[in-house]
Amino acid sequence: MEKDTKAFQRIYTKLFQLTKATVSLQASGIGNEELAIVDGRLAQVVKIMGDIVTLQVFAGTEGIANDAEVIFTGKAPTLKVGEDLAGRFFNAYGEPIEGGEIMGEEREIGGPSVNPVRRMQPSEFIATGIAGIDLNNALVTGQKIPFFADPDQPYNQVMANVALRAQADKIILGGVGLTNDDYLYFKRVFDDAGALDRIVGFINTTENPPVERLLVPDMALSAAEYFAAEKGQKVLVLLTDLTLYADALSIVSNRMDQIPSKDSMPGSLYSDLARLYEKAVQFPDGGSITIIAVTTLSSGDITHAIPDNTGYITEGQLFLRKDSDIGKVIVDPFRSLSRLKQLVIGKRTREDHPQVMNAAVRLYADAANAKTKLENGFDLTDYDERTLDFARAYSEKLLAIDVNIEVEAMLDTAYELFGKHFSPVEVGLKQEFVEKYWKKK
Amino acid sequence: MNTIGKVTGIIANLVIVETQDRVAQNEICFIKHDNTRLMAEVIKIMGQKVYTQVFESTRGLKVGSEVEFAGHMLEVTLGPGLLSKNFDGLQNDLDKMTGVFLKRGEYTDPLEKDKEFEFEPLVKEGDTVIAGGWLGEVKENWIGHKIMVPFGFKGEFTVKSITKKGSYTMNETMAVLVDKDGKEHKVSMVQKWPVKVPIKAYKEKPRPFKVLETGVRVFDTLNPMAEGGTGFIPGPFGSGKTVLQHALSKQAEADLVIIAACGERANEVVEIFTEFPELDDPRTGRKLMERTTIIANTSNMPVAAREASVYTAMTIAEYYRAMGLKVLLLADSTSRWAQALREMSNRMEELPGPDGFPMDLPAIISNFYSRAGYVYLNNGETGSITFIGTVSPAGGNLKEPVTESTKKAARCFYALSQQRADSKRYPAIDPIESYSKYLEYPEIIEYLNKQNGENWTKNVWFVKDALLRSKEVYEQINILGDDGVPLDYHITYWKGEVVDFVISQQDAFDKIDQRSGFVRQRYMLENVVEVLKSNYKFDSFEEVNPYFKKLINQYKQMNYSEFESEEFKKNEKELEIIIQERKVA
Ligand SMILES: Nc1ncnc2c1ncn2[C@@H]1O[C@H](COP(=O)(O)OP(=O)(O)O)[C@@H](O)[C@H]1O
Ligand SMILES: [Mg+2]
Repeated sequence: MEKDTKAFQRIYTKLFQLTKATVSLQASGIGNEELAIVDGRLAQVVKIMGDIVTLQVFAGTEGIANDAEVIFTGKAPTLKVGEDLAGRFFNAYGEPIEGGEIMGEEREIGGPSVNPVRRMQPSEFIATGIAGIDLNNALVTGQKIPFFADPDQPYNQVMANVALRAQADKIILGGVGLTNDDYLYFKRVFDDAGALDRIVGFINTTENPPVERLLVPDMALSAAEYFAAEKGQKVLVLLTDLTLYADALSIVSNRMDQIPSKDSMPGSLYSDLARLYEKAVQFPDGGSITIIAVTTLSSGDITHAIPDNTGYITEGQLFLRKDSDIGKVIVDPFRSLSRLKQLVIGKRTREDHPQVMNAAVRLYADAANAKTKLENGFDLTDYDERTLDFARAYSEKLLAIDVNIEVEAMLDTAYELFGKHFSPVEVGLKQEFVEKYWKKK
Repeated sequence: MNTIGKVTGIIANLVIVETQDRVAQNEICFIKHDNTRLMAEVIKIMGQKVYTQVFESTRGLKVGSEVEFAGHMLEVTLGPGLLSKNFDGLQNDLDKMTGVFLKRGEYTDPLEKDKEFEFEPLVKEGDTVIAGGWLGEVKENWIGHKIMVPFGFKGEFTVKSITKKGSYTMNETMAVLVDKDGKEHKVSMVQKWPVKVPIKAYKEKPRPFKVLETGVRVFDTLNPMAEGGTGFIPGPFGSGKTVLQHALSKQAEADLVIIAACGERANEVVEIFTEFPELDDPRTGRKLMERTTIIANTSNMPVAAREASVYTAMTIAEYYRAMGLKVLLLADSTSRWAQALREMSNRMEELPGPDGFPMDLPAIISNFYSRAGYVYLNNGETGSITFIGTVSPAGGNLKEPVTESTKKAARCFYALSQQRADSKRYPAIDPIESYSKYLEYPEIIEYLNKQNGENWTKNVWFVKDALLRSKEVYEQINILGDDGVPLDYHITYWKGEVVDFVISQQDAFDKIDQRSGFVRQRYMLENVVEVLKSNYKFDSFEEVNPYFKKLINQYKQMNYSEFESEEFKKNEKELEIIIQERKVA
């Protein structure tokens, strides 16, 4: 098999143009997006003009001479998929990091989209135990959602917790510019939880060339599609950190002299990211792909092109920030959102869930106003004081990421806090819920 | 013989083709690749070099591949059976496609060519007809679908023969028309039309003079949309554009609704597929899906077809308007279409305009919006397309080319505010920034006052003013402090909050509150105006906040209960008690 394909491979040795990321040569019969090996490094066709072919070299072109050997492989990037993937870690090219072979069928990565009429509406609640997520921003299988966090936030830890509690059949980790420490952290946590056989990892660390990263999400998602579409499994894909993915995109487009748009990002950033995130899907037969990603921010700025485009694509975002009042990291209720929550809250969870959630967030907003008043040196009313007390307790008992309780307990905790600080009229829940749950505390 | 060419260059989905023969701008061509044919559109011609945008992935495509030009522009097929369908941006019937994943080069028939329709003639032999004239009618769901003289027919025609009442398939000849040179033309139930050319089979397009009821209070009461009007909804992500458009598509008083899902999430389209076949159309009692057509080019579908998707949707809307129907056209999001234009323009290395968008973006947008409108057809009947698009401004900043160009083209501006969305004041339409130009049209004012009582528009301006004054005093209170301002300021502030909570805000996910008809809106508006005009007695500002909170809470219970039900009346009584607590003569 190997030999046969080798026989068709075309070999060239005359490069006439080299830039930092690309090489160009004269060649014929080459397909768009085809892979090639340039001086032993993986490269991909990005442009064909007559008989001039331009290749993007993933590891960069440093040291490549104009007589370097170029071997075209005749195919787009592929991954071998099979049960064999489970429990193993791979590099950006889909080769096992610890060596060895993979038994499986070869598939092109970055394949076609699911026909929208063949999708199912997501409806299965994912319980994470974290109230900042389950109570205010409930997640659903088939959803795509990123953490928005500054680089110093513990997003990888939270993500690992969520992954382990989510009851997925497979967890696929796409490490995009992961630090080696975080890579080892993920491995250890999954190992400690006895979950390694459910894990597949595709890892590009900060020690690897940045452009290689561009392959990682597609590798991870192709593996996910195999397990979800063909094996009917519930697959959770973790992609961290897609800001570094976007940075790699901008490096490439820059080197290819494309006109940058906002924040030096390529004009196609929206489509490039959507292509990945839209792989999240609920199939009718039970298989699903849920994507939880990380988008690191620079000092909380969500108007930057990367988080901005991401927000337009994903089904919400989970915003992590440190609450200095309680000294803990919380899931910010204002800036976080799960767009699919209404498919499950009050339906898969208790009926009063939506109202309780909204009421608590509204009171938290009142507390924020009171805080502004205080900072501006004004006197606070009795109501203002009570909202501040409530906000502190709410943050500590419900928003902090170290919370791990059931949804019922979250709702009961909310009533407990309402009852302690407010009258039912101030909270403004539907009368029937007040009668049913308020007294119960 | 069709023109033939060869691929000579490939950059992503921009493919350069060389040919010696005749090609036209915007002509469609097919590129042979393996066993498939990839559809593409000509976007520039430079000598023998023809630049095409391919509506599919070009992975694996090679230089030298053969290209066949189709001899026509991108066109849609118009005929009975378009309703309830799910199309992609190029009008392929998505339900007919095989397999779970979309296959490259798979194109499917938009209509059911073997289905029989009950035909009834509307003309007789010897009648004179012109393009768009109604020759007959077939039943499509509950709509009388008109079989029309093809829109491309120029001049007058005489009906030589017309098929008798009966059951026929769509490609059978329904009529034979004779032009002034005596040439005969066969007409079936189907015709084709290029999407970028407006269908102009009408006599006149007057200024809109009726209001399209949407059931959404910030629209109907505060910023009414005219039937045949245009509007747009800009807003940062998560501010509620899609939820609002879905609410409009479910509730608006339109005969049919065409939704272009343009470059947004697939799951949002799935929501429509899943819910609309179950939901009732409040006007007909039939299922909502029966009046809905979806054009889906979601963000993972080919970028080049994004532009096509909005034009396909508009052309289908024009087709039904020509039958004398009231069409609501929604596009979410028009920014994705503009971005697709930008990607292509950059690949072609054109001189970029602001933010890299093509220079002619404002003209493209304004031409598109101008295809909407209320029309008098040649036979005296009327039809309309009301068009509402969303805009997704980068970084939520409204000073960007798509928002600015659209603001010039559309008459209603429904600005969604991040701040309101953050504080869950839904729909997050900024009550101060937003406007409907129609509220200033004398004919619309007259229409509204006739329908909703002579004080209607006066009341509308009164509550709008209350919102504005509330906002102003709020800023004062923030600067001077609660006790640094007169007591009145607090009352003014809270009166605005009453309008905000009771009229502006509306829970799109509550069975009752989501839809509010004009009768109910009139009741609420009059009730609120009455409350706003009354004086209340307070001893200190600290009493104001809890009192109005109680009042608002009571109003909300009313909004949540069925209009004029027992529960509603009970809540109404309790409201009256609360008002009397502090009201002074
Ligand atoms: N009218 C509304 N009532 C209740 N919730 C709403 C409303 N509008 C928006 N939301 C909330 O905001 C989320 C985002 O709304 P969406 O319309 O998807 O935003 P956009 O299209 O502007 O990105 C929804 O999932 C929902 O949770
Ligand atoms: Mg949206």
